[in-house]
Amino acid sequence: MDRLARSLLRLSTIVVLLFIYAPLALILVYAFNASGTSAWPPAGYTLRWVQDAIENTALRQALLTSIEAALGATVLALMLGTLAAIAVTRHRFFGRETISFVVILPISLPGIVTGMALSTSFATTGIPLGLFAIIVGHATFSIVLVFNNVAARLRRTAQSLEEASGDLGADSWQTFRYVTFPTIRTALLAGGLLAFALSFDEVIVTLFMAGGVKTLPIWIFESFRLARQVSLVNVVGLVAILLSVIPVLVASRLTQDSGGVTGARG
Amino acid sequence: MTSTDARPTGNSMRRLAGWLDRHARVRLAMLLAAPMGWLVVAYLGSLTLLFLNAFWSRDPFTGQVVREFTPNNFVEILTNPLYRTVTLRTVAMAVAVTLTCAVIAFPIAYYMARVASSRTKGLLAVAVVMPLWASYLVKAYTWRLILSNDGVLNWLLSPLGLRGPGLGDNVIGLWLVFTYLWLPYMILPLYAGLERIPGSLLEASADLGGRGLTTFRRVIFPLVVPALVAGSIFTFSLTLGDYIAPSLVTTTQFIGNLIFLNFGVPDLPFAAALSIVPLVIVVVYLLVARRMGAFQAL
Repeated sequence: MDRLARSLLRLSTIVVLLFIYAPLALILVYAFNASGTSAWPPAGYTLRWVQDAIENTALRQALLTSIEAALGATVLALMLGTLAAIAVTRHRFFGRETISFVVILPISLPGIVTGMALSTSFATTGIPLGLFAIIVGHATFSIVLVFNNVAARLRRTAQSLEEASGDLGADSWQTFRYVTFPTIRTALLAGGLLAFALSFDEVIVTLFMAGGVKTLPIWIFESFRLARQVSLVNVVGLVAILLSVIPVLVASRLTQDSGGVTGARG
Repeated sequence: MTSTDARPTGNSMRRLAGWLDRHARVRLAMLLAAPMGWLVVAYLGSLTLLFLNAFWSRDPFTGQVVREFTPNNFVEILTNPLYRTVTLRTVAMAVAVTLTCAVIAFPIAYYMARVASSRTKGLLAVAVVMPLWASYLVKAYTWRLILSNDGVLNWLLSPLGLRGPGLGDNVIGLWLVFTYLWLPYMILPLYAGLERIPGSLLEASADLGGRGLTTFRRVIFPLVVPALVAGSIFTFSLTLGDYIAPSLVTTTQFIGNLIFLNFGVPDLPFAAALSIVPLVIVVVYLLVARRMGAFQAL
């Protein structure tokens, strides 16, 4: 490839990265902007909005609700995703391909369809909306994250380890406890962190399940129109970005080393 | 860790575990019961209920759902020009966003796959994935700040005597926001697709006299079509079902806004019928995408 093409490609890469990161940097500036409006350039620097955010009880409640929902969804996704991953990678059976499809379906259909479908079935069966409904909704589309991570790890680990464990007299529970679980531990942690991050941020399905319960994204969604709250939203936005990006960074480090047998130790 | 370790569970548990060892089918059934119960009963069951609800109606006086079959919701959607206009507008937006993402994603994906050193490659991949996970709502909201009258965009454009699209009924702003939000979903499969092309093919093309553009048009492009279609599944489907971004940056309505509006009335049967529209469009799109080999490129 000639030099000109190379530099053009490099230039457009830089431009695209700027396009991706400039708006994220902007929220950092606005969180500490003294003026409290959307006017650019910012009028100065202040920590007032950070303090306001810390003292706001509705906001704190929304943050707690979000964490509860994300923890609930993560635990459910971990259990269901792991079971499905073991079934698909360690057994041969009719309809195995269908399972991967059903696991992926909730996240590949538009969120609004998933939200409407789950909300409709809650309404039809008379189960009230609220935190429980939010957890059900989030768990449904988070299963795939755990499933993908654990299935990938299991495919890379030789099944012979588990067979050896069986040959040495271990029953299936002991094999899981002492062989399978240590192998997939970091994959579980990575999948769990991704599920947590996805649930923590989710708003499209959440609005259909909430029935008046406010998660952090719902608080943001309802506050951005209120002029008084805009500066608070900026601070919360920054925190929300950090809280979702940090788990993902950790998760990507966990899955970087291919794990396998050596990863099973310790 | 040896087999003489203390048993974590009682004797009966051990006997059960031993029995399970000899019955692989039962073990499989126990593994599958919970996840499949959840996904098939709860999720596919919900989708079925959504279909049923779409054929029910809402009593205008009591507001209760009347569980009797009626095609009225769909007759209304098909005959009322409002729904046709909004559906066409939503699909047009999804197509525009998909094409824009493809054009913007190509150079960076190509640079990542075939130009950058392996170290830079890794860094760039993380740089592209990271924002995907940063709060969707906050990213959309940031564009409200950028597009507002006294915001950054107008500040940048004013020396040139231009003005940004603003936050009114204009949909250009929304097009920018969607492009911004879904761009990483296009870059990643495209990067993977470009990386899979064997370098020998490009050399062969050059040896046979193919210049840069010819090689691109006749070798590279046909080979990454599945990856492009794979990326477009995300950009298309996510645009089609979004109601948050439109409500943040424009007053113009999209199909998602109408669904959420009817959900809030509440007129669940009509909202259910409306949500069948994006569902059908996405399913048709997925079927076409599968024919084009996009699922192997995911």
